[in-house]
Amino acid sequence: MQTPTFEESAKAYLSDTQLRRNIGHATHTIRDKRQTVVDEMPDWEVLREAGSSLKNRIMRHLDEYLLQLEESVRQAGGQVHWARDAGEANRIIVDLVKEQQVEEVVKVKSITTDEIKLNRALAEEGVRALETDLAELIVQLAGDEPSHILVPAIHKNRAEIRELFRKKLNQGELSDRPEDLAEAARLYLRKKFLSAKVGISGANFAVADTGTVAVVESEGNGRMCTTLPETLITVMGIEKLIPTWRDFEVFMQLLPRSSTAERMNPYNSFWTGVTEGDGPQEFHLVLLDNGRTNVLADEVGRQTLNCIRCSACLNVCPVYERTGGHAYHSVYPGPIGAILTPQLRGLEDEGAASLPYASTLCGACYEVCPVKINIPDVLVHLRGKIVDRKKRAGGLNAKSDPEYIGMRLMARAFKSRSRYERAQKMARVGQKFFVKDGTISKLPGELSGWTAMRDLKPIPNQTFREWWGDRDE
Amino acid sequence: MHISLFITCFNDTLFPETGRAMVRLLERLGHTVEFPLEQTCCGQMHYNTGYQEETIPLVRRFVEVFGQAEAIVAPSASCVGMVKEFYHNVADRSGDPELMEQVEAVVPRVFELSQFLVEELGVEDVGAYYPHRVTYHPTCHSLRVLHVGEAPLILLRNVRGIDLVELPAAQECCGFGGTFAVKNADTSMAMLGDKIRHIKDTGAEVCAAADNSCLMHIGGALNRQRSGVEPVHLAEILASTEEN
Repeated sequence: MQTPTFEESAKAYLSDTQLRRNIGHATHTIRDKRQTVVDEMPDWEVLREAGSSLKNRIMRHLDEYLLQLEESVRQAGGQVHWARDAGEANRIIVDLVKEQQVEEVVKVKSITTDEIKLNRALAEEGVRALETDLAELIVQLAGDEPSHILVPAIHKNRAEIRELFRKKLNQGELSDRPEDLAEAARLYLRKKFLSAKVGISGANFAVADTGTVAVVESEGNGRMCTTLPETLITVMGIEKLIPTWRDFEVFMQLLPRSSTAERMNPYNSFWTGVTEGDGPQEFHLVLLDNGRTNVLADEVGRQTLNCIRCSACLNVCPVYERTGGHAYHSVYPGPIGAILTPQLRGLEDEGAASLPYASTLCGACYEVCPVKINIPDVLVHLRGKIVDRKKRAGGLNAKSDPEYIGMRLMARAFKSRSRYERAQKMARVGQKFFVKDGTISKLPGELSGWTAMRDLKPIPNQTFREWWGDRDE
Repeated sequence: MHISLFITCFNDTLFPETGRAMVRLLERLGHTVEFPLEQTCCGQMHYNTGYQEETIPLVRRFVEVFGQAEAIVAPSASCVGMVKEFYHNVADRSGDPELMEQVEAVVPRVFELSQFLVEELGVEDVGAYYPHRVTYHPTCHSLRVLHVGEAPLILLRNVRGIDLVELPAAQECCGFGGTFAVKNADTSMAMLGDKIRHIKDTGAEVCAAADNSCLMHIGGALNRQRSGVEPVHLAEILASTEEN
């Protein structure tokens, strides 16, 4: 499957001024709040380091920890299913749901189920999946796609949400006060929670040595979803596990402050298998690979799996701030998406292969990442793989690709002093076609993007080295 | 001190006045400046765009040219960042243990100008005079790759006659990003638009930075908009004196 490239999509989103205002406002608000709660932690850098080294260790021994987790969950009365890809995961979940003979399931925010397009797979079998996270519900009612990892409806403002609720939830009179909007959703969802037989959730963490699964959230809908139904199915990427309960000490400090800019999430749900007479009596944990072991095999790319989905990188990214999440054509937008999507989906997809270039390498993402994923480093690493792949596949050749021609010519010129100095002189002569009134305002082909808004200063008559040579004489 | 000037191909060709300013400045501070003529390009553009195989000969060239230098100083945070952050990756890719060793040996002697002056030489006042209203844009690579911190601002605050005004949202990227400005021109322009608005809000006559690449980007829009604000490299401000 080929998705559109980032640059094609970004153009349309950039011209949507309302969208830019919504996202600009929201990201700056969360960004500033995050900074405040991070600054009050004297040991923040130590925590980041701890989070990073824990995750690195987990990735080194993932095979052992996964087996340990499977055993622990079974011991606690849960069932574990292994899914190699989206198709396998959906088949497992659809079969489990059909066994319960229900037509509707309640879901709580899980990007992993969006990644595998579970709702569509369920719908094909006549099962309606109802999103219960407020923002996910908004996105679902609007027939839209999430545009942010943590705030999926970040691209919508209150007025837009009020209109949506008026239409879809049959609300005649409704103000755009957040309390009123939340109340409208609450009334709608409460009925659904009480009647649902099957709940489907994602997971923030799973503890290998106890089999405990954790979901942290702000609204309490996750708590409802994971406790009220008789059957609970949790879908989790294999990279989400942590070795021991004690490791929460690190991650439960890093995650809330980095994501919602809170000291602690309002709702933290932990469950271990099943407990007789309390909560779901059937628990299934679906462990999903879907490309993750390929990421693990790449020594530089591997750190991408350390991500705890806090989305701090989205909120500080100058690119995301302007284009929004939809331009990334993935459930994982922003800087982390720019490195995760191409690795999960494969570089043969042109859209995915355009994502590592959707960055100025400004480094803001790396600075805030709670587990120190060096996103710029991985971006550049992936660019290298993309070019290497194109060269091997013959997709790059000197006849058709202007970038490749340019890069090859320059690489040759830089290899020797005489060729380099000749190239400098040629550029000075060549530019005469474009210089008008002492400036370059219009360039052809690929370079026209530059001159759309920016002039270019012509190359001066004397290079530095020529001046140095004259000075020595 | 014997200082080897790592001019960078970009400044050599497009901004020779920055190199001349560095020579004036460093000689005024009593140092001997050398300029190895065999230097060409550090390979940053190739590396960052994904042409990493092509970077290997350029890394080899760099260590040959500068291997014996006492201190290697450049007027570009991004090129210095390339050497300090990524040269070991390139050396690893080459699989040549000798190159790895040479890179290891040369990297600690490579410096960005402001960091060199403040942290290595311990100079905070270079005796400059520059009677203009200036705002300073901290470039991403100076800030988040090299962590130059306050060094450029310390130097600027000690310039005689300067009216230094703070740039709002200074730490935000200007949208240059090398080939990003062409590949993702629309997003780049959206970022640049905000940067230009902030610069104009300061009422400055001059926008200064430690990288001419970002300044070329910012200056391109300032010129197109006939804003009257000049992009000027930090080195040129520091080199200015009452006589010159």
